[in-house]
Amino acid sequence: MTVTTVPAVEAAGIHKRFGSTYALRGVDLSLLPGHCLGLVGRNGAGKSTLVSILSGILPADAGQVRFDGEPAPANTAARRTRIATVFQHSMVVPGLTVAENVFLGSQPGPGALVDWRRMRARTTAVMAEWGFDIDAGAPCGSLTVEQRQIVEIVRALAAGTRCLLLDEPTAALERGAVQRLFERIRQLRESGVAILYISHHLEEVFEICTEAAVLRDGELVLSAPLAGLAKDDLVAAMVGQTHHPERAVATPQRTPAAAGVAGAVAGDGAGARAGAVAGAGAAGSHAAMLTLTGITLDSPGTSLRGVSLTVRPGERVGVTGLRGSGMTMLARIVAGVVAPDAGSVRLGDRVLRPGDRASALRAGVGYIPEDRQADGFVPQLGVAENITMAIVDRLARFGFVSPRRREATAAPLAVRLSLVSAGLGQPVRELSGGNQQKVTVARALARDPRLIVAITPTRGVDVASKELLLGELDQATSAAGASLLLATDELDDLAICDRVVVLVRGEIFTEFTKPPFDRELLIAATEGLTDSPGEAS
Amino acid sequence: MSEPQGRGATGVLGRAGGEGSMQQWLRTRAGTRAGNAALSWIREAALLPVLVVILVVGAILNSHFLTISNFTGIGQQASALGVVVVGESLILLIGGMDLSVESTYGLAPMLAAWLIVPVAAFGSGTMLNPYLGILLLLAVGAAVGLVNGVLIVKGRLNGFIVTLGMTILLAGIQNGIVKGQAPFNWPTAFGYLGSANIGVVPVSLIVAAVIFLVTGLFLRYHRLGRAIYAVGGNLAAARAAGIKVDRVRIGVYVAGSVLAAIGGLMEAGRVSSVVPTQGYGEGIIFSVFAAAVIGGVSLRGGRGNMVGAASGVILLGLVQNLLDLENAPNYWIDAIDGGVILFALILARVIGGEAAAE
Repeated sequence: MTVTTVPAVEAAGIHKRFGSTYALRGVDLSLLPGHCLGLVGRNGAGKSTLVSILSGILPADAGQVRFDGEPAPANTAARRTRIATVFQHSMVVPGLTVAENVFLGSQPGPGALVDWRRMRARTTAVMAEWGFDIDAGAPCGSLTVEQRQIVEIVRALAAGTRCLLLDEPTAALERGAVQRLFERIRQLRESGVAILYISHHLEEVFEICTEAAVLRDGELVLSAPLAGLAKDDLVAAMVGQTHHPERAVATPQRTPAAAGVAGAVAGDGAGARAGAVAGAGAAGSHAAMLTLTGITLDSPGTSLRGVSLTVRPGERVGVTGLRGSGMTMLARIVAGVVAPDAGSVRLGDRVLRPGDRASALRAGVGYIPEDRQADGFVPQLGVAENITMAIVDRLARFGFVSPRRREATAAPLAVRLSLVSAGLGQPVRELSGGNQQKVTVARALARDPRLIVAITPTRGVDVASKELLLGELDQATSAAGASLLLATDELDDLAICDRVVVLVRGEIFTEFTKPPFDRELLIAATEGLTDSPGEAS
Repeated sequence: MSEPQGRGATGVLGRAGGEGSMQQWLRTRAGTRAGNAALSWIREAALLPVLVVILVVGAILNSHFLTISNFTGIGQQASALGVVVVGESLILLIGGMDLSVESTYGLAPMLAAWLIVPVAAFGSGTMLNPYLGILLLLAVGAAVGLVNGVLIVKGRLNGFIVTLGMTILLAGIQNGIVKGQAPFNWPTAFGYLGSANIGVVPVSLIVAAVIFLVTGLFLRYHRLGRAIYAVGGNLAAARAAGIKVDRVRIGVYVAGSVLAAIGGLMEAGRVSSVVPTQGYGEGIIFSVFAAAVIGGVSLRGGRGNMVGAASGVILLGLVQNLLDLENAPNYWIDAIDGGVILFALILARVIGGEAAAE
């Protein structure tokens, strides 16, 4: 049993500075074989830097990384046999086959030639040995996100690596795939692989990790076995002294706590809101803000089959479901990004032109897209310009917009969302992920929308910013009497909703009308398991 | 605990996935397996029907079209372009772009010829040995590629602008050293590649075919060849996999320019002199890009192969030949050329489906 006492990976006194800012200050970390260490911290706490240093992409200013007690090899190829990183962004070459991606840069063959048959056979063998099953000859471009991730894991295993670094591996996976991934991680761990797991989702850490380490402002503030830790301890360590952990996060496993999120987020507005909704209800359903009738769409991956739904003024409706359930597609149709095959979208008493985002925007539909990198902002442009992008027509005089006017309009929104930037002219590309998302949200709020359509607005955002964003969405809707359509598979986010609609395979499966929503029932419903909409009475 | 690698045969996935997800999994797998083979075959053969149509149309239009002498002529004409297309395709595969191959195609043979031929034939009078001249020609190609590669990869300058500047610079030198004259009358050794025949087959055609074949095999079966695809397909992934990304990229720029110089030597041999407009003045870069892209080489990198590039070259060669045979009105030849290129692109996209989409 001597093997287990030597850490598979060990970092000692790692320092790293970028210009004048410290990214890491004397971080010590060690991970034994067969263990899974959850590394958590807010955006900008230094997680990514530590990942880069461990995987050899960045050199440390000071300190040492050791694998199995030996100093880390300097060259990338040798380092790769000691530790393998599965990055947030896919490190798979889409044009190449699975086998080639598994042996990328180290193809088997005589000399420098590539022996395709042997490469495929070895890939198949490694896949079989670890219980994976993906065709070695398939081009990676045709694989699902889940399968690509497996290719990356197999790549590591094929190189003999017994230390895996998983950087937000669940960010792009649907729930079923997440469960399968967890099962795989457990299996790998049991067979002696050491795993460093990085995630924003604390419940994931609690589910599969054996210990946790918390980074804050470049320092390791907590490192302990998970057995003796509660979620609040981790949150407290993450956010430090300036925060009230008891208000920050609810334990999502239990219903009362989920209500706690709503309480924390909506603050004292919960009562007022209930009143507003009741009032809207009394006004009658003919005064609906949004009316969807028979939305039907047949597309590869998702289809919608006759979805009808109404949202009253001021009402917050959550839409949830598995990936492929049509949840995000429905939201995109409402936002006017996608045209349905059949069915209509009515805002007030006006029918929106299908698939016409510009007219939806003018009609008052604010939109927070799912993929903020692709649709959320223009990375080279400044914060203010991005925020005011949807309202230039209002700001412009004879087509010209003065930067001062732009910044004056954007400033209050930036303040409201506690957007941290070096100035309103700073390119959004330079901001952290959480702040980029705030820009996207600010853009949606800028036009005083009557309806906000948001798709997974808190993905990849740290706990504190998540709370803030949800609170802002909540406030924007209640203050302006706007409605909210929130499509998300992050169940915690649904706490701000008055009503939750669950989609299963393109149809409305059930509806939860009374907050707080029970997490277990929600999960069961998304899987299409319960036929009785339990507490939805 | 001594054997951490050892694992039972039980599948991680098998345990984790429910019945439904397992079925879904199998279905996607079956789908990709069948689709996979069909897809790559279609992609590589996308231009074949077009080539067949041109052959049929050509045979109907002109009785001289389907003759051996005509085809060896096409082969000789197209091989210079083909060799440059191989070079440019390599550069496109790594996600790069090189406009200056057209000037290298002109300058390298011009410099060599100028040093080889006597003053009376517009040379410098140095009377350089023709074999040394060919070595010099290759060195010029390598040097241009190295400068381009270092500026783009190490200096992180924009490839488009770097090679645009380089194009004009080289074309200016090409014109400047001979003051607008065209050196000719060189020893046979220098013109051999572009003008000699083995039997009825032009040497240039054989050499070009060998270059296509060797490059194709290299891309498929050599580690460096695969690294080229990895670099062009996902630079970060290639770097993380320990591929020496910068070296590969610079190397490809060098190889591309050397091939352009060889293409220039073929063209010089074919016409028995180096005209100051060879390359840049003729604007061959458009044909080079057209052949590569029609042949399915992606301008975004990481996608394409030599079968496609070769069929692109053959297509352009056949069309050019047909226009010549039919005495297409001179003033309209460019318009027809451009139309054919657009048509071929659209057709390749329609036949190749999503695989041919940019």
